[in-house]
Amino acid sequence: MSMIEFHDVNKYYGKFKALKNINLTIERGEVVTIIGPSGSGKSTLLRTINGLELISSGQLLVDNHDLADPKTDMNRIRKNVGMVFQHFNLYANKTILQNITLGPEKVLKMSHVKAAEDAERLLSLVGLLDQAQKLPSMLSGGQKQRIAIARALAMHPKAILFDEPTSALDPEVIGDVLEVMKKVADQGMTMIVVTHEMGFAKEVGNRLVFMADGEIREDSNDPRAFFEAPKDPRAQEFLGKIIHVD
Amino acid sequence: MISILVGHWSELIEGMKYTIASSLLALVGSLILGVIFAMFVISPNKSLNVIGKIYVEIFRNIPLLVIAMFFYIVMPRIFPGLDGFKAGTIGLTIYTSAFIAETVRAGIESVPVGQMEAARSNGMAYLQAMRYIVLPQAIKIVVPSLGNQFVNLVKNSSVLAFLAGFDLMYQGNLIASTTFKTTDTYLAVGLLYLVMTMPLSYFMRYLEKRWSKTPTV
Ligand SMILES: Nc1ncnc2c1ncn2[C@@H]1O[C@H](COP(=O)(O)OP(=O)(O)OP(=O)(O)O)[C@@H](O)[C@H]1O
Ligand SMILES: [Mg+2]
Repeated sequence: MSMIEFHDVNKYYGKFKALKNINLTIERGEVVTIIGPSGSGKSTLLRTINGLELISSGQLLVDNHDLADPKTDMNRIRKNVGMVFQHFNLYANKTILQNITLGPEKVLKMSHVKAAEDAERLLSLVGLLDQAQKLPSMLSGGQKQRIAIARALAMHPKAILFDEPTSALDPEVIGDVLEVMKKVADQGMTMIVVTHEMGFAKEVGNRLVFMADGEIREDSNDPRAFFEAPKDPRAQEFLGKIIHVD
Repeated sequence: MISILVGHWSELIEGMKYTIASSLLALVGSLILGVIFAMFVISPNKSLNVIGKIYVEIFRNIPLLVIAMFFYIVMPRIFPGLDGFKAGTIGLTIYTSAFIAETVRAGIESVPVGQMEAARSNGMAYLQAMRYIVLPQAIKIVVPSLGNQFVNLVKNSSVLAFLAGFDLMYQGNLIASTTFKTTDTYLAVGLLYLVMTMPLSYFMRYLEKRWSKTPTV
């Protein structure tokens, strides 16, 4: 059974159609990168998967639960699907350690001791064990994002969504965050990553989705081949621009 | 004024006890009601939303004295045990809670939406996200204005004097009418209100400073 299935999904904001007839099936353990121009619907697509945005029509199955079904418990879906945001969104009123332990304690009902042990393991995984007692405001962007990844992992999710996790970071710390993401991918986590990091898409991703105007224009199981020879004209244009910028 | 303070010390202290009791009850009550109605006002649930808005609009826009009188004169027909102290304290609680609801609502809205989204994405239910993440930050933001409202609340508790609520103002009125030393009496009463309100506002300022440096639970 697949992790995520979009069947003819449409999403409107008022009259504006943000997602057009999306069909996409993501298997467990896949690392899918989503690229595309600004406003193409990448964030919207991602946010429908954990119900931060509701779809207007079609069918969306996450971990075999139909998100449009009123009987589906969205809290349970979100428990199993983590999310990492462009602007980190660490809990400003909690220490770094509490940021990681709060979900496991309050949602998974894990004991404080067990949650703290888990958090320490994750803090060493992301290389920030010494920051445990600080407040988020005291950390750099790169550090915050690594904590956000640890916070998502602490819930032992079945999949993690990343919405431009490195776009708000200084170039010199992007590598640290990508390295952590690679570790997570190597552990077999299902990941859906909206990113402009073509290196990550090629080297870590095993699937590439190109979006434009709310549509999936290209869906490739060979990211390297996609970057060498995109088929869709919008993808060609988009990659042309990116390469010019570099 | 000194002679009033010395000569009527026991009545004044008695009055202060009632004032402090009423203020403390109303402070806790209005904070709880205020937070609840603030959550109603921002609730995605239509009916809770309407209830919240009506509550806030009604009680913010009626004089405190009218609300208190309602509980003193009308409500005892249904609840016979309602004396002046209780009626006044309930009126004060409800009146203040409408202002606190507005303040807390503004506080909640000033917490970045990303905080709620992160908490929901972390698996927390809406109320858990509110309780652990959004409300603590919102309250912290509005501590200065809550402080003002708490000071107003202590001053407004003088409404009890109109309902035979035995508070400081009530005792002051009694002393003034028996001694005829009105100026001295009300100066003494004013001084005693200051003794209660000044520490409260210093305490709120202290909280504001302390919380700006520490995480909250
Ligand atoms: N809450 C909203 N209300 C109305 N329109 C919205 C809303 N959120 C997004 N949109 C619109 O939907 C379209 C897709 O937005 P989305 O954020 O998914 O794009 P994106 O591909 O993530 O872009 P970016 O690369 O800039 O993040 C945009 O045109 C955007 O203006
Ligand atoms: Mg986006």
